[in-house]
Amino acid sequence: MTKQYESVIGLEVHVELATRTKIFCGCSTEFGGAPNTHTCPVCTGMPGSLPVLNKKVVEYALKAGLALNCGINKYSRFDRKNYFYPDNPQNYQISQLYLPICHDGWIEIETAAGQKTVGIHEIHMEEDAGKLIHDEWQDCSLVDYNRSGVPLIEIVSEPDMRSAEEVTAYLDKLRLTMQYLGVSDCKLQEGSMRADVNLSVREAGIKTLGTRTEMKNLNSFKAIARAIEAEKARQIELLEGGKPVIQETRRWDDNKEYSYAMRSKEDAKDYRYFPDPDLVPLEIGDPWIERVKSEQPELRTEKMRRYQQVYQLSEYDASIITGSKKLADLFEATADICKMPKKAANWIIGETLKCLKEHNMEPEELILSPQHLARLIQIVDKGKVNQNIAKDVFRSMFKADIDPDDYIKEQGLGMVEDPELLTNAVAEVLGEYEKAVVQYREGKTKVIGFLIGQVMKKMQGKADPGQVGEVLKSALEN
Amino acid sequence: MIEQTALQIGQKIKQKEISVMEAVEASLMQLRKSEPKLHAYVTENDKIAERALKIQEGITMGRYDSPLAGVPVAVKDNICTKDLRTTCSSRMLADFMPVYDAQAVENLKRAGAVIIGKTNMDEFAMGSTTETSSYGVTKNPWDETRVPGGSSGGSAAAVAAGSAAYALGSDTGGSIRQPSSFCGVVGIKPTYGTVSRYGLIAYGSSLDQIGPIAKDVADCAAVLEVIASYDQKDSTSVKRDDMRFTDGLSEDVRGMKIGVPIEYLEEGLQEDVRESVVKAAAMLEQAGAVVEYFELGMTEYVIPAYYVIASAEASSNLARFDGVKYGYRAVNYEGLHGMYKKSRSEGFGAEVKRRIMLGSFVLSSGYYDAYYLKALKTKKLIKKSFNDAFEHYDLILGPTAPSTAPRLGESLECPLQMYLGDIYTAATNLAGLPAISVPCGVDKYNLPIGVQFTGDCFQEKKIIRGAYAFEKMRGTWELPFMKKEVC
Amino acid sequence: MSNRLDKEMIEHVSILAKLDLTETEQIQAGADIEQMLDYIDKLKELDTAGIEPMPHIFLVRNVFREDEVVNADASEAMLRNAPNQSDGQYQVPKTVE
Repeated sequence: MTKQYESVIGLEVHVELATRTKIFCGCSTEFGGAPNTHTCPVCTGMPGSLPVLNKKVVEYALKAGLALNCGINKYSRFDRKNYFYPDNPQNYQISQLYLPICHDGWIEIETAAGQKTVGIHEIHMEEDAGKLIHDEWQDCSLVDYNRSGVPLIEIVSEPDMRSAEEVTAYLDKLRLTMQYLGVSDCKLQEGSMRADVNLSVREAGIKTLGTRTEMKNLNSFKAIARAIEAEKARQIELLEGGKPVIQETRRWDDNKEYSYAMRSKEDAKDYRYFPDPDLVPLEIGDPWIERVKSEQPELRTEKMRRYQQVYQLSEYDASIITGSKKLADLFEATADICKMPKKAANWIIGETLKCLKEHNMEPEELILSPQHLARLIQIVDKGKVNQNIAKDVFRSMFKADIDPDDYIKEQGLGMVEDPELLTNAVAEVLGEYEKAVVQYREGKTKVIGFLIGQVMKKMQGKADPGQVGEVLKSALEN
Repeated sequence: MIEQTALQIGQKIKQKEISVMEAVEASLMQLRKSEPKLHAYVTENDKIAERALKIQEGITMGRYDSPLAGVPVAVKDNICTKDLRTTCSSRMLADFMPVYDAQAVENLKRAGAVIIGKTNMDEFAMGSTTETSSYGVTKNPWDETRVPGGSSGGSAAAVAAGSAAYALGSDTGGSIRQPSSFCGVVGIKPTYGTVSRYGLIAYGSSLDQIGPIAKDVADCAAVLEVIASYDQKDSTSVKRDDMRFTDGLSEDVRGMKIGVPIEYLEEGLQEDVRESVVKAAAMLEQAGAVVEYFELGMTEYVIPAYYVIASAEASSNLARFDGVKYGYRAVNYEGLHGMYKKSRSEGFGAEVKRRIMLGSFVLSSGYYDAYYLKALKTKKLIKKSFNDAFEHYDLILGPTAPSTAPRLGESLECPLQMYLGDIYTAATNLAGLPAISVPCGVDKYNLPIGVQFTGDCFQEKKIIRGAYAFEKMRGTWELPFMKKEVC
Repeated sequence: MSNRLDKEMIEHVSILAKLDLTETEQIQAGADIEQMLDYIDKLKELDTAGIEPMPHIFLVRNVFREDEVVNADASEAMLRNAPNQSDGQYQVPKTVE
């Protein structure tokens, strides 16, 4: 008889905040940049340098905390976490242990099994470390402190998750929430969102927690799912074999699909947290919290509801469009300009998503502007181009956000306005394809499709097929 | 000219009686005479001539209106000076060239100061005798067999020897005041947060302050006025409405309530030091102050609390010295952690290592509550004892140090004994209070004794008034180099 | 009342402090810390029940800076004191992941 086990999972998610400057100094947080060009005495730990807190970081942390239903600590403080590593220029990280800014929140996730609430234990602010690159040639490591001091919030969940699916749903919801708040773009692949997984197993029905391990280096949702399955299996095997699970940090290798313990005797694992004497405590009063609350942007669920009510979108459409804040913004702005929300929705769900997929791009990378998309929709509505040509125009807009009016003019794509040109073309085609004419008059009305096609060819596509059909019909029946 | 005070020299320069170059040359000449014996400096400023000329030009053009424009200053070697080697008297920073000036130095430069050089100190400010310096000891100008005190021993010795008109020191547990006392000069530790700590290489961040060391109270007040400023780069910098410290230079102490803690005069205090301080109190009473002996309380807990907090902060502040970004990197090592350990073990001296070990221990898991948190609670009670005292008194008067300058080599034998020497000074760092040490007499070996005036937070003007008045009552004070032809 | 630091503890503390101590130095460090702790134990006499620890002297709160970029490229200055550098980066012995 095999025992039934369940895995108990908690997540520590680090989110890079999208402020302009670092948390404790006025260096730029811009991505890229040659090594060490966004550094100063503070973020490189020069002797005599001192940290000063970026107010925006606190604002963003508050927004995140409120969106995740957390309580805000009136008094919070920074503590030093002491450990030696080259990416940590002061060999201590300024973080918050004893009095973090937010506590005891929750988030709702949706899985196949239904809705579930995942608890948030706390959220705290801290500084990021620099980047280490391994130089195989010179058999050494190289340090770039551009990222040192970039502001992070760490979101620590309760161990409420039970499967990789729940973990993925949780991360998705977190990411979407952070994007909607505008506090981070949360890209797992780029490192602006990083997740460490704490996992323990226990026999089904047991209430106490087993010993947990921490897993790092999980750089994609797939890696996270694989790591969870592997670790669950590993722990079960140990327990079944009568061996204990050792509390340790393990590094996941996604290529080899296994994890190994990051044990080192040089790593005493005693961080000696104490209050940072260089920073004064934070006091966050009710007025500040109320102001942030009142400025909170609409989150996904609300937006979905509103899109269904105000724009009459279906739940399905609303769900797709609000799946990314960028898409939602594009939709809404476009709909407000052209006043045709249904059409705007179709263009987004149809061509936009299609192009994104083809180009392997994220919605955040869209350069298409709502003004131009709205214009295109209006042009099609007025009958100036037909649907096929419109799709062509759209593709160019997608690539370079060209102005559709200019483009149509330059390329001469406008539907032919002159009715005489159409009647001439129709007359020509009827002359060239006498057999088809006869067939039509004999009752094979379906052949009109072929004739429409030929007229469209003559018109170089610059005609509305519907209209062509009308003119053909009347010519054929006379 | 080197016998003049900084303000007097500044005045002469302003009135074109002497040039900046002449003032500098006089200091340098004195430096050449005294340095071979005293070794007060680690680095001399080799660009001083061009600076002197530049400042002179500026003064002539009317660009500088500070009373200290053109006056030569010595800066303690834990204060960053741009492009001028800053070592903290440690092997760890033997070749370190700061890429920026400390805010206090920037303030001085803007006022037209001319830096003579960087002065010797206890390594990373850890010590009370300047004997833990990796570059050799500094001798006391009053008696070359004795220490100048520490950790700002070089700065105090430079002023007492006349090679600088005034100096900057730093004070974490008494490091400005005690060497000032041992060298017969005046030193001030301002209220915490008054002088920016940006650019001061940190030892005990919640305790450190930069302050002036000079020949008299007026000089100190004037220097403090220049170096004090609200600095946005230092989160612990305090916005103060009134930093006109020279306004406190008054001789009138009538009605001032002065408290003398009884426990400060108990056993352990050198007899002639006690006599000298009691005499000072009597003089002040004669001049109209109300002097009372009272029980301050908490005195026996000051040193343990201080050392726990200072070493804990130091162990973290000194972690950045790892051979990666700057400073000493060992030559032979294996692997990353090997490099860390070797560089730090070879770069740091014994006292520094001792305090880092102690600090790491009191912060470590299992001991944090019993030691570090306990010390922070004690600090609160110490602060309360001063708050209570200042309800009744304008000033607290006492000896700066329990003795006069010990002989070289005596103190390092018993570190604990050396730590106890901070008994009168460390409390003011824990409570963030301002304090000034003024020479009040000499002992039977003709070694200077210092009396300390402590005030409540932000009450620099009061302590300056008490000290200035006392100074006037005490009368002229001759430094050794003023008495003899050759130092 | 005497504090005893065993060898293991001294080794642990020297790892935390990142210091290499010889056998003699370790013994000396142990003795030094023990002596200091015996003295520091004086604090145990003090009744601090109900007293909040005071990390900061003044009741100053909320010191901030604005989210404006004020620092330009200072890479040359930052690297000037580096014991070892390569391609604009600080060079260190290989870090093992």
